[in-house]
Amino acid sequence: MSVSSLLYQIFEYNGSALVAMVGKNCFAIASDRRLGVQLQTIATDFQRIFKIHDKLFLGLSGLGSDAQTLHQRLVFRHKLYQLREERDMKPETFASLVSAMLYEKRFGPYFCQPVIAGLGEDDKPFICTMDSIGAKELAKDFVVAGTASESLYGACESMFKPDMDHEELFETISQALISSVDRDCLSGWGGHVYIVTPNEVTERILKGRMD
Amino acid sequence: MECVFGMVGKGFALVVADSSAVNSILVHKSNEDKIMVLDSHKLMGASGEAGDRAQFTEYVQKNVALYQYRNGIPLTTKAAANFMRGELATALRKNPYMVNIVLAGYDKETGPSLYFIDYIATLHKVDKAAFGYGSYFALSMMDRHYHPNMTVDEAVKLADQCIEEIRSRLVVAPQNFVIKIVDEDGAREHLWRRTTKD
Repeated sequence: MSVSSLLYQIFEYNGSALVAMVGKNCFAIASDRRLGVQLQTIATDFQRIFKIHDKLFLGLSGLGSDAQTLHQRLVFRHKLYQLREERDMKPETFASLVSAMLYEKRFGPYFCQPVIAGLGEDDKPFICTMDSIGAKELAKDFVVAGTASESLYGACESMFKPDMDHEELFETISQALISSVDRDCLSGWGGHVYIVTPNEVTERILKGRMD
Repeated sequence: MECVFGMVGKGFALVVADSSAVNSILVHKSNEDKIMVLDSHKLMGASGEAGDRAQFTEYVQKNVALYQYRNGIPLTTKAAANFMRGELATALRKNPYMVNIVLAGYDKETGPSLYFIDYIATLHKVDKAAFGYGSYFALSMMDRHYHPNMTVDEAVKLADQCIEEIRSRLVVAPQNFVIKIVDEDGAREHLWRRTTKD
């Protein structure tokens, strides 16, 4: 076993699946619900998507412990920003903040891959993902992360259409998530979907194969 | 070969741990207490590296007490769990504590709660938790027989079933187990399950 493949196993320790999609004046972000320790499932209600503010959501895949640490640090930074600037952070700014924080730990990184989704100026949907050292990847359609990412890429590429309304977007992202995690033993046990429009946030739990 | 497991019932939480202190093939003692009583209403069952376990549980216990002296009110179970996670996470990249924790507590406002804390500082609030080789048997047993709002008798019966399974199916099963309970009256030792006297 090479060193790099041994190190990579840390990303697969807890198991995760994350996907975000852009629709017409809305976005959706979805995750699986499994918390595992390698082959053993510990919980089926683990939270991977966090609200930063009403129009900004952060999903963190990879090692659960680092996801919790990073989430706490980012909430701290955003609250400070709110106190100083007297407004919420724009998604583009937040993405740059996450990227900078990850690169700070370049030679001892957080073992997480974030997915950031938000509504920017004029409520234009914004999604991006980055690797564990902060290399940003902006996309106009969808972004994926986690142990099921390869299946997710395939499912999203085939199911995605531009300018879907929030109902159709919910159906599409749910189908893409469920079909992908069903092929991955380390993620699944249901799904958690957030649909965000300029006026409201809808949170739904998906029932999938519980295995 | 250490096992710790726990579950939440109606108005109480239970933590069960084995009581063997082992070094390679030698059993030093079979009445080692691995469930620390943190304060009046919290139990911290810990398994893992023996030195780290003793050090970390005592460190947490003293800090929980210090908070109460400084602020006049005790920490909630959730706050104590997050404090532990923070300490484990900070130490993780310097000098990690190889300790897995099941934290059970009772708060007047929120009732009983149980927290799973991994040695890499993964924190999750759960209804049932288990660590060690015994977890393969205990978790499966609890998945089958656990239901919310069990009485103390039902929970002890389930704990006994888990212990029975561990004793019969684990090749180097621990000899003795201790069961501790926390409810609105406080945290205390409840029962022992022995096969050897120490």
